[in-house]
Amino acid sequence: MIGLEHYLTVAAALFVIGIFGLFLNRKNVIILLMSIELMLLAVNINLVAFSSYLGDLVGQVFTLFVLTVAAAEAAIGLAILVCFFRNRGTIDVEDVNVMKG
Amino acid sequence: MIGADIQILMPEVVLSLYAMGALLAAVYTTKDAMAPVLTWATSGLLVLLAVWIGINGQGTNIAFGGMFVDDGFARFAKITILVSAAAVLLMSEGYMQRRGLLRFEYPLLVALAVVGMMVMVSAGDLMALYMGLELQSLALYVVASLRRDSVKSTEAGLKYFVLGALSSGLLLYGASLTYGFAGTTLFSGIIDATAHHPSLGLLFGLVFLIAGFAFKVSAAPFHMWTPDVYEGSPTPVTAFFATAPKVAAMALFARVVHDAFGGIVGDWQQIVAFLSVVSMFLGAIAAIGQTDIKRLMAYSSIAHMGFALMGLASGTALGVQAMLIYMVIYVTMNIGTFALILTLEKDGRPVTNITALKSYHKREPLLAMIMLVMMFSLAGVPPMLGFFGKYAVLLAAYDAGLAWLAVLGVVASVIGAFYYLRIVYYMYFGEDTDALDGKASPVLWVTAVVTGAIIGLAWLPGINLFGLDPIAAAAAATLVN
Repeated sequence: MIGLEHYLTVAAALFVIGIFGLFLNRKNVIILLMSIELMLLAVNINLVAFSSYLGDLVGQVFTLFVLTVAAAEAAIGLAILVCFFRNRGTIDVEDVNVMKG
Repeated sequence: MIGADIQILMPEVVLSLYAMGALLAAVYTTKDAMAPVLTWATSGLLVLLAVWIGINGQGTNIAFGGMFVDDGFARFAKITILVSAAAVLLMSEGYMQRRGLLRFEYPLLVALAVVGMMVMVSAGDLMALYMGLELQSLALYVVASLRRDSVKSTEAGLKYFVLGALSSGLLLYGASLTYGFAGTTLFSGIIDATAHHPSLGLLFGLVFLIAGFAFKVSAAPFHMWTPDVYEGSPTPVTAFFATAPKVAAMALFARVVHDAFGGIVGDWQQIVAFLSVVSMFLGAIAAIGQTDIKRLMAYSSIAHMGFALMGLASGTALGVQAMLIYMVIYVTMNIGTFALILTLEKDGRPVTNITALKSYHKREPLLAMIMLVMMFSLAGVPPMLGFFGKYAVLLAAYDAGLAWLAVLGVVASVIGAFYYLRIVYYMYFGEDTDALDGKASPVLWVTAVVTGAIIGLAWLPGINLFGLDPIAAAAAATLVN
């Protein structure tokens, strides 16, 4: 029988993988966007699992909001990334370093 | 029912409809040629809404089943947000126009960000909180990279986006845990669930939520985006980042910890006190080595957020009152300082190195005097307005039994005074340079003089901080009871 705790464990694992992806990744900004998406999806799993466990629809409504905002966020992130690429000619994380200190 | 609800959030509805309508109108007509008009119109509308909220607001109104709360606290924060956003828009117009940055999207993105902030401070539910926060953040990511042909500006936008998205993720994870263990997303329901022995899951949720807020208010140790974003963004945008969003995030922070977690003050008090101490010291020490005035202002704002968090850490109505007073004073000081920073230029190019200010008082005696007032006020030297803000938060912390926090605050503020006074030293005693040749435009001049007068003269008997104290007290009383 798969219970609430299984879903929460999977979500927590995904969330942590997302955070590690953000911090350990030294290669490509696109991977950062994927990591962010992974974090938001982990949250969605959490919300849906709780919603079903509590028998309360609010969590699923929240999930729909999160999905919509995640789409908008990805669009804006990619747009900024395109501008950055035009100026800098690269999207390596190591090269996002004009300002330091 | 829905009509009455809409009535309550009329200011937000009006501003959103204006932003969308103006966007369509500008796209289908003259595009960027409309930008100056739109900037002034948006600014005017923001002031009108502030007046409307100030005159019309009565009591506590709850809309959409508790999702949206319009109370004295929210109105206080909204008026501060609206007025500061309007001032920054007016200040931006000339600067951006001369550098070809004034696109018609700019005032409208600011307007949309302001809608987001108004929803944030009125949120009574985790979903409303999240939607408001994201509306604000998404608009801010775009304005940070407004100068899209500059490496610095796009890099600022990219860094702000990645770290902002990370903070939203943390906050959202906290929201999901809170929902799961409280069984509801309404703040009024969460406070019931925390009444007896909050479960471990709720505490986890609280910690994640606080981490997300700390990112948004740029409190250390979640501050790393602030200096880069402040430096890379166009200066008027930096001025905007330093004012309205900080007020909104701080008000949201206060709303969540009091409205949703007001029953377990002891549990979040220690976290907030920790954030406060780290921010004050990091802001004070890291700013010493900075030569770029925008980076310096970034560290300065981290330190100031530390002080505002000290008010919040008290966990009392007096603490929230002190926090509100501090935020209003902080915003006034920042608007004045950035009005002066915007006037610094050489051959039509903006100058941000602080050594350019050497012997500034010979070129611009009045503006140098105002800058001196601003720096003394930021450092918290009496009798400038900044001192009264610091006094209020220190008193609140002491009153709540956090004497150690108040002492650390005084120490941090003494350390921080060094870099503000260095700017004053450069202006009055530095050797002659010809690093600057700009003239202040009328708008910037008026803004600087007015804020300088407010900050320098507020201590006069009879002015009494413009009656800020009782208004903030009434606002805080609606939040903490």
